[in-house]
Amino acid sequence: MIEIPYNVKPRQETGLYNAKLGIWLFLASEVMLFGGLFSAYVLLRVGSPVWPPGGEAQLNIPLATINTFNLILSSWTIVKSWIALKENDFKGFKTYMGITLLCSLIFLVIKYFEYSAKLHHGIFPSTDNFYGIYFTLTGLHGLHVIGGLIVNFYLWGPGKKMWKSEPERFTNRVEVSGLYWHFVDLVWIFLFPTLYLL
Amino acid sequence: MLFGFVLMMIMRWQLAYPDTPVPFIGGLLSEDKLLSPDMYNAFGAMHGTIMIFLGVVPILVGAFGNYVVPLQIGAPDMAFPKLNMASYWVYFVGGIVMFASFFMEGGPAASGWTMYPPLSIIAENGETVWLLGMVFLITSSLLGSMNIIVTIVQLRPEGLTWMRLPFFVWAQLVTSFLLVLAFPPLEAAAVLQIMDRIAETSFFMPSGLVVGGEVVDVAGGGSPLLWQHLFWFLAHPEVYVLILPGMGIVAEVVANNTRKPLWGYKALVYSVVFLGFMSFIVWAHHMFLTGMGQAMSAFFQTTTMIISIPSVIILSALLISLWGGSIRFNTPMLFALGWMPMFGIGGLTGLPLGLAPTDIPLHDTYYVIGHFHYVVAPGSIFAIFAGIYYWFPKMTGHKLNESLGKVHFYFSFIFMNGIFMPMFIQGLAGVSRRLADGGASYAHALEVLQWNEFMSYSAWFLGLAQIPFIINIVLTILKKRDENAERNPWKSTTIEWNAAPSPPIAHGNFDKELTVYRGPCEYSVPGANKDFSPQTEK
Repeated sequence: MIEIPYNVKPRQETGLYNAKLGIWLFLASEVMLFGGLFSAYVLLRVGSPVWPPGGEAQLNIPLATINTFNLILSSWTIVKSWIALKENDFKGFKTYMGITLLCSLIFLVIKYFEYSAKLHHGIFPSTDNFYGIYFTLTGLHGLHVIGGLIVNFYLWGPGKKMWKSEPERFTNRVEVSGLYWHFVDLVWIFLFPTLYLL
Repeated sequence: MLFGFVLMMIMRWQLAYPDTPVPFIGGLLSEDKLLSPDMYNAFGAMHGTIMIFLGVVPILVGAFGNYVVPLQIGAPDMAFPKLNMASYWVYFVGGIVMFASFFMEGGPAASGWTMYPPLSIIAENGETVWLLGMVFLITSSLLGSMNIIVTIVQLRPEGLTWMRLPFFVWAQLVTSFLLVLAFPPLEAAAVLQIMDRIAETSFFMPSGLVVGGEVVDVAGGGSPLLWQHLFWFLAHPEVYVLILPGMGIVAEVVANNTRKPLWGYKALVYSVVFLGFMSFIVWAHHMFLTGMGQAMSAFFQTTTMIISIPSVIILSALLISLWGGSIRFNTPMLFALGWMPMFGIGGLTGLPLGLAPTDIPLHDTYYVIGHFHYVVAPGSIFAIFAGIYYWFPKMTGHKLNESLGKVHFYFSFIFMNGIFMPMFIQGLAGVSRRLADGGASYAHALEVLQWNEFMSYSAWFLGLAQIPFIINIVLTILKKRDENAERNPWKSTTIEWNAAPSPPIAHGNFDKELTVYRGPCEYSVPGANKDFSPQTEK
């Protein structure tokens, strides 16, 4: 059986190993997905005589600000965890990846409180288009956070045994997962001003 | 695909003989064996959906892309074998979900394959199932096309430079980019429509919409046009997804069977890349009738005229490739030759639809149906047949039977035209699409309605013409495996025929290390000792 080339080592002319090119393509499609939704937001907003249609928006800006910094911190720690692996420091990886996981959990808990406060006040996606797009965008972003959380948890927990057998491939996995995590972070950095501040 | 075809044959019965019980399978439809107008709509919607998303795209990209691309670029496998399997199973689930919608109360989705709101939002539950099925299918094609791009970029062996890639690989590369970038906006739109249906948001629901004499109870303020923009942003690149791999197959078959290089290989490559790029900025030519304004119409009709240029270059290059060749008229070549005029008719009849002044009277008539069926049915599907006949010996070690293949080709060719040519006549007379009685209730349609019977007979005979094909496939698969099957029965230059046995080795495809020395279509090179010079030979 022939091995698939460039699974671990980068191909010289592209400078990428297979999974890294794959994740960039995946992120390109994600950009189009959220791009489509943001365009929908712009069109709905432009088409509405007042925005939000139901008057002043009732979103919790302080909590969202905490979440923004929370995600930025997690983006930084996931890079640190990758660097730790590059420097052969497995313990450092465990610590920094652990902080990343904690940050993602905190994000979801805060999001849960925001959602339940809205529903408690009788605000649903069907209330008007502003809350509709708010729930859709943040909900879809939340799903992405959960996805990233599961993958990162796998790398931190059961998947870590690959470090013993194929350290280089494991480091690549962390890098790819980190690229995805940066994207999730970046989406939030766009969502926060768009929905909460503007 | 067969199922989609059966749906269509039932619809044609209804068109030819309105309100007459459907023979044979009428009992499955309803107690009085009639195809009701509601069911006619549902069958129309599902025929389109199944043919495009479960038929042509999976065969052209999923099957040919995954099988032929790694072989043609000399890769041992796709870059991500597990992702490949995930893509298949997600597709499988999506297919099951789609078919399950037939058993929903109120039937499957019935708002056309375009699912325009607000109709699609106030429709029965089959619609939600359709949207869920679409999310699965989109995810599947996303995973598959990422895999194809990475495979082409990363796994080429030494010496296989970009300009030495077979044209089919180029076509697959551009197609995959279209899938990666164009499908997500539809996924976004599907998410929004699911929210509209389940969470009662009103992204696509305008204020004060009245249905059945009552105002619909939603917040309103949404825009049905938003859906159309998001939908066509996908769906126009989608039509190129349907045709580009077909062009690739035809180019391979033509080069192989004229025994001479493709005319203008570089022009073909640049055209296909340009075509892919342009396909992202032509979508609103499907929407001239929405009142989006003259400036928008002017922009989109200009881009539409520009995008016809690379298509014409590709078709012309393939046609000129025939010039002076010693053509072998075998079955794949016949299908490729049949493809050219059929695609030409489909393309040229599209020009009046791309210009706003002529599109407005023709919009939503049978002329449109004729146009896109010429591109997709005798276009893409003839290319698929050419590809199956051409690569079958690589998959099984046996060529398909030529006589059965020729019967299949000639009858298919005649009856395809029998179905779609009269659609232009009806369409120019102003007969609208999506009418369960085929337009019998409109006075202006009466003069051309007699064509309905003719078209329906053509459709059923086209169904019969597929029987030799199915027999051919079954007989050839049942043949005993030939250990010494010929590697290169078509005497082709490309890698898959020269470096791999037929069928290829299960893991790794090839039985020797590969180095590529030359371009993909070096046939009849002066001074060479045979009329083809394989890419893997010095």
